[in-house]
Amino acid sequence: MPIDMSDKTILKIEDLHLNFPIYQGAVHAINGVSLYVDEGEIVGIVGESGSAKSVTAMAALRLLPKGSFRLTNGNITMLGHDILKISEAEMNSLRGNQVAMIFQEPQTALNPTKTIGKQMFKVIQLHTGKKRKEARNLALCLLQDMRINDAEEILQRYPFELSGGMRQRILIGLAFACSPRLLVADEPTTALDVTVQRQVLQLMRAKARKTSTAILFISHDLALVSQFCDRIYVMYAGSIVEEGPTKLVLSAPAHPYTQALVRALPESSTKGQRLESIPGTVPKLTIKQEACSFRERCDHAHDLCVKIPSLVMSGVKTQKAACWLLEKVR
Amino acid sequence: MSEILQEKSAKQEKPIKKRSFIDWRYLWYQLTGSPLTMVGLVVILLILILVIFAPIFATHDPNTIDLRARLASPSADHFFGTDEVGRDIYSRILFGGRLSIAVGFGVVIVAGFIGTLIGALSGLIGGWFDTITMRIMDVVLSVPSLVLIMALAAALGPSLVNAAFAIAIVRIPYYVRLSRGQALLVREMPYVAAAQTFKASRWHILRWHVIPNILSPIVVQATLDLGNTILLAAALSFIGLGAQQPTAEWGAMVATGRNYILDQWWYSGFPGFAILLTATAFNIFGDGIRDILDPKQNAH
Repeated sequence: MPIDMSDKTILKIEDLHLNFPIYQGAVHAINGVSLYVDEGEIVGIVGESGSAKSVTAMAALRLLPKGSFRLTNGNITMLGHDILKISEAEMNSLRGNQVAMIFQEPQTALNPTKTIGKQMFKVIQLHTGKKRKEARNLALCLLQDMRINDAEEILQRYPFELSGGMRQRILIGLAFACSPRLLVADEPTTALDVTVQRQVLQLMRAKARKTSTAILFISHDLALVSQFCDRIYVMYAGSIVEEGPTKLVLSAPAHPYTQALVRALPESSTKGQRLESIPGTVPKLTIKQEACSFRERCDHAHDLCVKIPSLVMSGVKTQKAACWLLEKVR
Repeated sequence: MSEILQEKSAKQEKPIKKRSFIDWRYLWYQLTGSPLTMVGLVVILLILILVIFAPIFATHDPNTIDLRARLASPSADHFFGTDEVGRDIYSRILFGGRLSIAVGFGVVIVAGFIGTLIGALSGLIGGWFDTITMRIMDVVLSVPSLVLIMALAAALGPSLVNAAFAIAIVRIPYYVRLSRGQALLVREMPYVAAAQTFKASRWHILRWHVIPNILSPIVVQATLDLGNTILLAAALSFIGLGAQQPTAEWGAMVATGRNYILDQWWYSGFPGFAILLTATAFNIFGDGIRDILDPKQNAH
């Protein structure tokens, strides 16, 4: 396969354009998204609801229902495979073995009529071809890595007998069963409360570091991402508006949207003052964007903003942002 | 500190007991909270015991003719009296119950099994398979069931086995519809979607994910169906399409006893009461089971 990429890159999406045809026109969900995930790296995608974070991840894993979407442009490469071209069989062997996914809602991801043990053994046996005894040992190991103390007993339990945090830890543990190279976590902690959330993420991060698994972490929670990810992409209305190392992006945001997001964090406001919010709403995606999608809500909007800006270096290291202001600065 | 450690190690040493899928203790707890269901269960168990051990409980041979005691009224010798050739009605009811209840269970098991399988597959696969199956089921359902059963039983020839067969065929669509609807819900669950993404076979998804998750409404339907089926089998025997003379069967006994109903009420009265009692007990029990398995529905 004539793909020019370093071995370190696990996932690479280049200029992806994707829309969902509806009765009139289409919903332009992804408008030119480019991103990459390197080996062992924890990369976050942040954005508000409807900014196509999940759709991007689903497209990368080819999990969108066939025929429901139109891909107008772009390339997706995963572990040297061209995701858009390989057969279903090849895709199947990638999913689960090399790439794993963790879903939002831990309750519905487990079959309520089978014990945790039965389900874990089945998945492990299916993917690794291990014997039941080995599968059991691996399952115990995975649960212990997730700090589940009475793993033996947990294996005998049904999903509804466990708390949400426990279930999500089991699913995360299970996702590591085949030592995947990439783990896609789509808001894995949204259904959990804040204290459990932090604990689960710490476990996931520790496990990923141990096995040098890359994580693509999707979240709407900027504060969470800032503690968890090495590098982040900020998405807005189907395109990436800013990318760079987490610390840089959060300490010196270059794009007005990111700036507004950071200002809106409760941590950055002073006591007694109203929390800041961004006026307006996300533009309708049914109309193809010709202008900068944040123009309507932006404090710095000017004449140039009627055209779509491209991602440019913001001046610091690897931080990039898609804003005409940066062009002007240069 | 050491005490806590000791306690912990003691806890770990405790062997983990194998857990069954059905939580019997919970079921018992629920049953005690619903006396009517309890009554239904007790009656069913009594009937089952009486019927299964019919040779022990029967006082006479069900087919022995005793012309000296024709149409005898209930007495210490013949609890429920005798029929026109002097056969003991009590003993005939016990032995007849074997047939009636066997037909009930047989029909429900066969129809439930086939219907659930077809329905779950139909819901899981969808597409043209689903359309064709469901239209066939609609056709079966569109004909009044008793008429269809009678037609089928008559076409197959009058015998209890054929009657059971006819009832089973007509009952299948109810299970198909029920299980298809449930399968459609389960199909959308993330665990099924996940299984589909990694080459899990349809058979595996059906057996591992779909069937166990749709079983509880089907069990309820089956329990409620038991009473109906017993009633239907009796009805077919009553009109001569089921069990044939001289076989002891409740419906057939009511039918022949009809001729003597004004003078010898016990002849068709007791078999009729047996049918009523059994069907009611199964229906009450089925209703109770439904409430137990679906805690969202009962408001108490």
